Amino acid sequence: MNIPAALKDSAVASLIALALFVPMIGLVLKGQSLNIQLLRALFVVAAVFAGRMLISMLLQSGLLGRLVEVIRKVLVYLSPVVGLVERRSFRFIGLLLVVLVAVPFLPGSSNYLIQILSLTLVYVILATGLNIVVGLAGLLDLGFVAFFATGAYGYAMLAQYAGLSFWAAIPLTAGIAAAMGCLLGLPVLRMHGDYLAIVTLGFGEIIRILLVNMIDITGGPNGISVPRPTLFGLGFTRRLEEGQLGFHEFFGLPYSASHRYIFIYLLILAFTVAAIWIFKRLREMPIGRAWEALREDEIACKALGINHTTTKLSAFTLGATFGGVGGVFFAAMEGFINPSSFTFVESAIILSIVVLGGMGSIVGVILAAMGITLLPELFREFENYRMLVFGLAMVFIMIWRPGGLLKVRRKTFARGGHGG
Amino acid sequence: MAAKADSILVTEGVSIRFGGLLALAGISLVMRPATITAIIGPNGAGKTTLFNCITGFYRPTEGRIIFRPDGRDVVLNRLPIHKIAQLGVARTYQNIRLFGQMSVLENLLVAQHHFVNHRLISGIFQTRSFRKSEAEAVEQAWFWLEFMGMEQLANQDAGTLPYGQQRRLEVARAMASRPRLICLDEPAAGLNLQESEELNQLILKLREEHGVSVLLIEHHMGVVMSISDHVVVLDHGEVISDGTTEQVQQDERVIKAYLGEEDAEELQSVTKGAG
Repeated sequence: MNIPAALKDSAVASLIALALFVPMIGLVLKGQSLNIQLLRALFVVAAVFAGRMLISMLLQSGLLGRLVEVIRKVLVYLSPVVGLVERRSFRFIGLLLVVLVAVPFLPGSSNYLIQILSLTLVYVILATGLNIVVGLAGLLDLGFVAFFATGAYGYAMLAQYAGLSFWAAIPLTAGIAAAMGCLLGLPVLRMHGDYLAIVTLGFGEIIRILLVNMIDITGGPNGISVPRPTLFGLGFTRRLEEGQLGFHEFFGLPYSASHRYIFIYLLILAFTVAAIWIFKRLREMPIGRAWEALREDEIACKALGINHTTTKLSAFTLGATFGGVGGVFFAAMEGFINPSSFTFVESAIILSIVVLGGMGSIVGVILAAMGITLLPELFREFENYRMLVFGLAMVFIMIWRPGGLLKVRRKTFARGGHGG
Repeated sequence: MAAKADSILVTEGVSIRFGGLLALAGISLVMRPATITAIIGPNGAGKTTLFNCITGFYRPTEGRIIFRPDGRDVVLNRLPIHKIAQLGVARTYQNIRLFGQMSVLENLLVAQHHFVNHRLISGIFQTRSFRKSEAEAVEQAWFWLEFMGMEQLANQDAGTLPYGQQRRLEVARAMASRPRLICLDEPAAGLNLQESEELNQLILKLREEHGVSVLLIEHHMGVVMSISDHVVVLDHGEVISDGTTEQVQQDERVIKAYLGEEDAEELQSVTKGAG
C-alpha cells in the first residue's frame, strides 16, 4: 500500500479545506465584532484529512473499484429486461394501462397514491409534448413550463372571468397554448442549439414573472383557485353550488372525497392515453418524418421541398398544445395554483424526463416520468438527501444508457402489395 | 434575352460576389432537357457555388436563372430553397447529407413529403385517402430502392450504411422527390473504380428511363467523358469552354487551366514532337 501518496493527496485536500473553511466557519460575526474560532475550522479540516485518507485506502485496496464493478454487473443484468420492454413496448403499455386503471379500486389505494399517480400522468402528457419539440424536431426548449403555466392559468382565468366550465376550458386553453407556442416559434425560427435554448429559457421566465406581477388579474404570488371539474354536471365537492347535483347523490353513495380524486385520475389517464396515441401517430406521419428530417439535416430537408418554417412552427405549436392540456389537468387536480409551480426547475424536470427516457421514445418517457415523480416520493425519509439520491440516479442512468432508457424503435416496412 | 425554346435550365450572366471576391463572373449556359451536362474545372473554380445558386442556397448578385420544367419560364433567383425543390430541382451534396438516424426507406418517404397527404387530421385518424397516399409513397420508395439495388437495406438506419451505399441513397432520395432536374455534386467522390462505374450506369439509366436532366459536378474525368452529352468548363468563376466532350478535350484554354501555362506548352511540344 502506497502510504506516502495517500498522505500527499490527503494533505492537498486538507489545504483546500483549510482555505475554504477558515473564512466560512472559522470567522463568526457577532454583532459588530468578528469572533475568530479557528478550532471549529481545524476540526473540519481534520475530518477532511481523515476522509481523504480513507478514500485513498479504499481506492488502493480496490474495494471501490469492486463496488463500481458490482453496480455495473447489476446494470448489465438489467439490460435484457429493458430490451424486452423495448421489443414488446405495446404489450407493456397495455399491461401498464390495466394496472393503472385498477389501482384506485384496489384495497391498498389511498388518496395520496392517487394524487401522486395523477401528477405522474400529468408529467407523461407534458413530456410527450416536449418530446415532439426536443425528441422529434430536435429543438432544445428550456422554457416548456410556459405552456404548462398557460394551460393551468388559462383554465383558472377562463373559469373566474368567463365562468367557463372545465370541459369548455380544455379546447379553449389548448388553443391559447398553441397560439403561445406559435408565438415563441416565430422569433426562434433561425436559431439553433444554445441560442434557441437561451431564448426559450427566457420565454419561460417571462411568463412566470408576468404571472407573479399581474396581481390584479392572476392574483400574483397568492395564486388563484380553480373550480373542480364535473362529470356531465355532477359535482364532486361536499358543498355543491346552487342547483348542482352531486355525484354521490346521483348514484346514491355516501359522500367521499376519494370519488373526486379517482374521477380526476381516470380523466387524466384517458387523456394521457390519447396523448400517447396521437404522439405515436405523429411519429409515423409525414409531419413527424419532416420533424425528424429537420432534426437530422435542415439543409437537406429544405432542398427536398419541405418548408422548414411551417414544419418548425407546427412542432412548437403541437408541443405547446400538449403542455397546455397538461396544465389544465394540473390545475383541476390541485384546485389552486400559484406561480411557484411554474419555475425553471419544472422545465428542467420535464426535459430530463425526455432525455432520460430516450428522445422520441414513448415507453421510455412513461418510465422516466414515473421514475422522476415516484422516486422522490419513495425517498421521502431521506428528506434533504433525496434530491441528492435522485441526482445520483440520473447520473448512473446516463452512464449506463447514454441515449436514454429506451431506444426508439423505428417502424419497419415490409415489401409487397399495400402492406406498408 | 429570352430563354431558348428547347431548354430545361438557362443561366444568363449569373454573378455572385462574396465581399471582395467575385466567385462567379457572368455565367451563361443553356441546358437541354434529358441530357447529362457536366460542370468541370479546377478546385475553387466556382462549380459548387453555381450549384448553390441554382438550388437557391445562394442568391446571385446579378443575372437570371431560368428553369423551364414544363415549357413556362420560372425565374429561380428570388425563390426560397423549398420552393425551388418543389418546382422539380433536386440535388445531392459533396458531403453526404442523409437523415442518419432515420431508416433508408424513411429517407425516401421524407423526399415525397409534398406529394403525400400531410394534413394533420387525416393522418391522426388514418383516413382512407391518407392510407392510400402513404401506401403509394412507400411503393414509390421501394421502387427507388430496387432501382438502386438496395431493397435489403430498407429498414436499416441510413447513417450506418457503408459510404458507397450512402452515396447511392442520396441519389435515390433526390429522385424520389420527382425532379425534372437533378444536380449531382461529385457523386463519385470517394468511390472505387467499380462503384463509380456502377454509378455511371445508374445515371445513364436515370436519364434514359425517367427523362430527368442531370447536372453533374465531377472531378473524375473518366466519368465525365464517358457519360456527358455536354461539358461546361469553369475557371476563376468564368466559363472558359462549353461544348461536347470532344470539343472541350481539344480546347487549349482547358488544358492550360488544368495543367498551368508552362506545363501545357511542354505538353504541346511533346505531342508535336511525337506526332
